[in-house]
Amino acid sequence: MTDTATPRRAADAPVAIDLDELARMRRRRAERIGAWVLPVIVVALTLLAWDWIVRANEIPHYILPGPGRVGETLVKDWPILSAALLVTLQITFLALFTAVVLGVGLAILFSLSRWIEMSLFPYAVILQVTPIVAIAPLIFIYVDSKIIGLLICAWIVAFFPILSNTTLGLNSADHNLRDLFRIYGATKWQTLRHLQIPSAMPYFLAGLKIAGGLSLIGAVVAEYVAGTGGVGSGLAFRILEAGYRLNIPRMFAALLLIAVTGVVIFGVMSLISHLVLRKWHESAVRRER
Amino acid sequence: MPAPAAGREAGAPLLTVSNVSKVFGGLVTALDGMSLSLGDGDFVSLLGPSGCGKSTALRLMAGLTHPTTGQIRWREGTEPDLGVVFQEPTLAPWSTVFGNVWLPLRLRGISRRGARDEVEAAIASVGLAGFEKAYPRELSGGMKMRVSIARAMVTRPRLLLMDEPFAALDEITRFKLNDDVLALQRQLGCTVVFVTHSVFESVFLSSRIVVMAARPGRVVHDIDNATEVARNESFRTSADYAARCRDVSAALRHAMGEGG
Repeated sequence: MTDTATPRRAADAPVAIDLDELARMRRRRAERIGAWVLPVIVVALTLLAWDWIVRANEIPHYILPGPGRVGETLVKDWPILSAALLVTLQITFLALFTAVVLGVGLAILFSLSRWIEMSLFPYAVILQVTPIVAIAPLIFIYVDSKIIGLLICAWIVAFFPILSNTTLGLNSADHNLRDLFRIYGATKWQTLRHLQIPSAMPYFLAGLKIAGGLSLIGAVVAEYVAGTGGVGSGLAFRILEAGYRLNIPRMFAALLLIAVTGVVIFGVMSLISHLVLRKWHESAVRRER
Repeated sequence: MPAPAAGREAGAPLLTVSNVSKVFGGLVTALDGMSLSLGDGDFVSLLGPSGCGKSTALRLMAGLTHPTTGQIRWREGTEPDLGVVFQEPTLAPWSTVFGNVWLPLRLRGISRRGARDEVEAAIASVGLAGFEKAYPRELSGGMKMRVSIARAMVTRPRLLLMDEPFAALDEITRFKLNDDVLALQRQLGCTVVFVTHSVFESVFLSSRIVVMAARPGRVVHDIDNATEVARNESFRTSADYAARCRDVSAALRHAMGEGG
């Protein structure tokens, strides 16, 4: 029985390399290097241009600071900024965590009962389409703790992509596989565990990638609305405060931290997604040819 | 389990389909008054053009839909006990070959350790020993189908339902899988219902060929195709085989003329 039962990987077999193969390897190597080098060059050029514009036009630092000055401020104000970053990170991750737990939990509930889905889905949509800046002031009136208020705002923003993607994923299991589960008399729980949850994984992870960025945005926006500062204030408050004091370099430094945080969150979520799906899903499998 | 070659004499039929009709949405008659009894060890092909209700018949036997009228009964005292092979391999892409074949046993609450021997035996019986840890995407179409067959066989079902399983495969792979399915059926002694639209496949495989017509889907011929000789390569090239194919083709043409 060997229609295609050849060994999967012939590790010790001699590799035949022809011109096409060589060209392909060269191209792949160039692409691998280019993927890193090109963005670095672009960033470097942008910084140089920025610096040159500031110097050439003698723009005062309280209007547009040069990149050097922003860097200096980042180092000098690090005690204040890092404390603020920590607060923002806390809120972001707590909100994301809550969004995942409640989003996935509700999606599972929806998939188990059409009745619950029909009853609650409209609320989820309303929550999603109402701008957070419009709800936030109300939330801060009724919730005493500022941290909890911020958390609720960030959660509202991050929650929907998780819920809707996971719901879609749980419902998109292969029909024949569903039939197979029915034939073998699988319980609802077994179908969920062995069929729907694995099917939903790629959808959930795509939602997680979006929700990660959104929870940061939610945390920042909510803090703008919350306004009041003092101990335990995050990066958004530091930006507002620096703006009032015309401390533009610190605004840039805080902005830089927010942007970097967003990129790191996206990177971490992409990594998680890759690690979970690499064995089987098309999106994570490297093409051999 | 011994292999009853022509074991229809052994008491009541395993599964009895009596006068079953299936109407979809109150309008479309997919199947009209089908009657069929399946004995132990039968290999029955349902042969017909598309729209003749052969897949509907299979879904009814699998208990996936209920008949509009008529009855489907298992032998007194027999629990429904079946395996299914679909047109597509229908494997879980997130599971290895082992995980996919383990699935039916897992759903019965058998642990990985407890199922290991049976699962490995089923995988070996379709010639995929050594591929336990491979993921479906790493396999060819024919190999995926083998995994699907191993999964259907791992519970040693009394009844195996196959819905045009090899339609998407090339002829060389199909011949090979035809031989393997016959060998597996002999080994397990199960009853097989095999949906196909290939005259040659049905004549090669089955002890009985049920020819169906479309619009409405119904049975028009029930041809006994038992053989004395073994069904192997020399049967495939014999004059007897060619004659049987000719007869079944004529019956099919007659069915289609009647249906059209």
